[in-house]
Amino acid sequence: MASTPGVNPATVDKTPSGISGLDQITGGGLPKGRATLVCGGPGSGKTIFAVEFLVRGAELGEPGVFVTFEESVADLTRNVASLGFDLELLEKEQRLTVDYVHLDPSEIEEAGGYSLDGLFVRLEHAIKAIGAKRVALDTLEVLFSSLKDSTTLRAETHRLFRFLKDCGVTAVVTAEAGAHTLTRQGLEEYVSDCVVSLGQSVFDQSATRFLRIVKYRGSPHGTNEYPFLIDDTGFSVVPATSLQLDYDVSQERVSTGIAGLDGMLGGQGYYRTSTILVSGTAGSGKSILAAHLANATCQRGERCMVFAFEESPAQIVRNMRSVGLDLTHWQDKGLLQLRATRPSLYGLEMHLVALHKAIAEFKPQAVILDPISSFMSSGTAHQVKAMLVRLFDWLKAQQITALVTCLSPSSAKEETEIGVSSLIDTWIEMRDLEIAGERNRTLYMLKSRGMRHSNQVRELVIADSGVTLADVFYGPDGVLLGSAKLTEERKRAREERAAWEDGVRAERLLELKRETIEAQITTLRAELAAHEEETLRRIRAGKEYAEATRADRDSMTKLRNDAGRLQSTNGGRA
Amino acid sequence: MTVATGLPRPKGAPKPAPPSAIRSPSRPSKPGQADERWNLRLYVAGETPKCVQAFQHLKEICEEHLQGRYSIEVIDLLKNPTLASGDQIIAIPTLVRQLPPPVKKIIGDLTNTERVLVGLNLVAVVQPKRRAP
Repeated sequence: MASTPGVNPATVDKTPSGISGLDQITGGGLPKGRATLVCGGPGSGKTIFAVEFLVRGAELGEPGVFVTFEESVADLTRNVASLGFDLELLEKEQRLTVDYVHLDPSEIEEAGGYSLDGLFVRLEHAIKAIGAKRVALDTLEVLFSSLKDSTTLRAETHRLFRFLKDCGVTAVVTAEAGAHTLTRQGLEEYVSDCVVSLGQSVFDQSATRFLRIVKYRGSPHGTNEYPFLIDDTGFSVVPATSLQLDYDVSQERVSTGIAGLDGMLGGQGYYRTSTILVSGTAGSGKSILAAHLANATCQRGERCMVFAFEESPAQIVRNMRSVGLDLTHWQDKGLLQLRATRPSLYGLEMHLVALHKAIAEFKPQAVILDPISSFMSSGTAHQVKAMLVRLFDWLKAQQITALVTCLSPSSAKEETEIGVSSLIDTWIEMRDLEIAGERNRTLYMLKSRGMRHSNQVRELVIADSGVTLADVFYGPDGVLLGSAKLTEERKRAREERAAWEDGVRAERLLELKRETIEAQITTLRAELAAHEEETLRRIRAGKEYAEATRADRDSMTKLRNDAGRLQSTNGGRA
Repeated sequence: MTVATGLPRPKGAPKPAPPSAIRSPSRPSKPGQADERWNLRLYVAGETPKCVQAFQHLKEICEEHLQGRYSIEVIDLLKNPTLASGDQIIAIPTLVRQLPPPVKKIIGDLTNTERVLVGLNLVAVVQPKRRAP
């Protein structure tokens, strides 16, 4: 369908709320000049939402009026001071006005019809006094619990929202969540432009706060429940699921910190911005591999952030020193940050928010999570996976190289408990092999997308001086490692030497044989020659004798014939 | 702000139109609280029908029950918006009993006399059968 020129449905004017992450979900902020309803149960963060909306507004040059029905100005100021908001200073600078509307039902008697003009007058005065652009009412519903005439209140509430609109202020109105409706008093009927719902979900005793845009008239918006965190800097919403699969990929390679491992990855190491999983059984050296990446990152002068969920920073530093890595040095230089958190400290989504926040502050080039398997205690496999997908996605989008370790149960084969394998670019599997009474660490590439990588199993040799990768011995009895490998190697060497010596000996014998036989051949040849000579001589002698004999006979015959002729004359031949 | 003066008004003099101040003739008429001063403050926002009505009703009630012992201060928030927060005014009209303590607030146009009397803690001195004003 062709869109009408000049009419773009997404052009609702928006005011950036200034709340971290919220403007991303809403595509720019809250509807400008209109009221937004923020509803939620007790302790869901409505007041903080409202206060932060005004404080950020003041920072953005939009003064604000905060009308509190629940807390006194002093209480409110003290409560939000822990979030880094200095309301007193803002008030002094005429950027914020806090008005406490106190209603004590025991003091108030209703006798006849009334209007809320008093509130209107107060609001209008406050707005005009500082030129306010933003107004927050926290929470309007107190009126309904303090005053009895709900018909009047409804009419007046309606008038109030019209009044706010007429004033041209962007308003945030908080309301208590109802049992079956968004708000207890049905305020959503009056505020129809934008409704934000705040809530908490508890899994296995860990609570996660979440925020949802229930409606936003005239604007597309994220529809999920987005986790958020309230900490010493206020609200942080994680808009992770709004990310697309469209991040840039890097051709650059970064060293793994271990020469042998670089060699297994085409000689150059990991891709920058890739996600690397190091899985393995307990004590197979996952953390050591991770620490080497941290070390290599810092050596390049880049920042690296390590989130440890099982060890304290001091413990990590000590342990890595034992394999020749000095992490303190990098910490002192401000290139390395180690953060240790108990996985059970807060819910899964809160972890995500906390990670986001820490990463956004430190802006590291590499992030290490050690290990992600500890999240399993904070949610179901599906939830953990969903959280990790968002985290990995976000890290990729931020162009951050991420290495995560995962403890795999010894029984499982090439499968992480969490099932994140499909998200991983490079997967290194580490395994302990027990052969001939000892355990040795092996390592191999399960996959490494987009690069040539070794298919060989290597042995991880951890020494005081550092970590090296050694080729493993593969014989007819399978893979051999450690001292078994040494024994086998020596045995092989002996066998080889024996075989070699055998060959040499055989060669010598052959030579000898050849010499002997050749000598025999010479003798036989000589014999043959002698025999031949003798035979020829005899043949010659025989011929000569025969010839001589015939000649004798011939001459004899001649002689005899002569004598006969003579006789024949005497009678001829007899 | 229209402030009630402490000046006595001759009996039978015409009542001033609201918003204004009146003071009852100092003539103790009720038992029990004879020597108590009643300081009342009526918050209005312009001369809306509700505000005018509230003032009239208030004056009638005072005349009947607190004659000579009360003063009414009428505050127009349209003229003095800053005064609204002092007595925590949100509804208009609002009647505040400042004296005697404790502070009491009655909101509305005061048409419901029973509620006003209850609100002002005047029930104790109300006659079972109320005379028509």
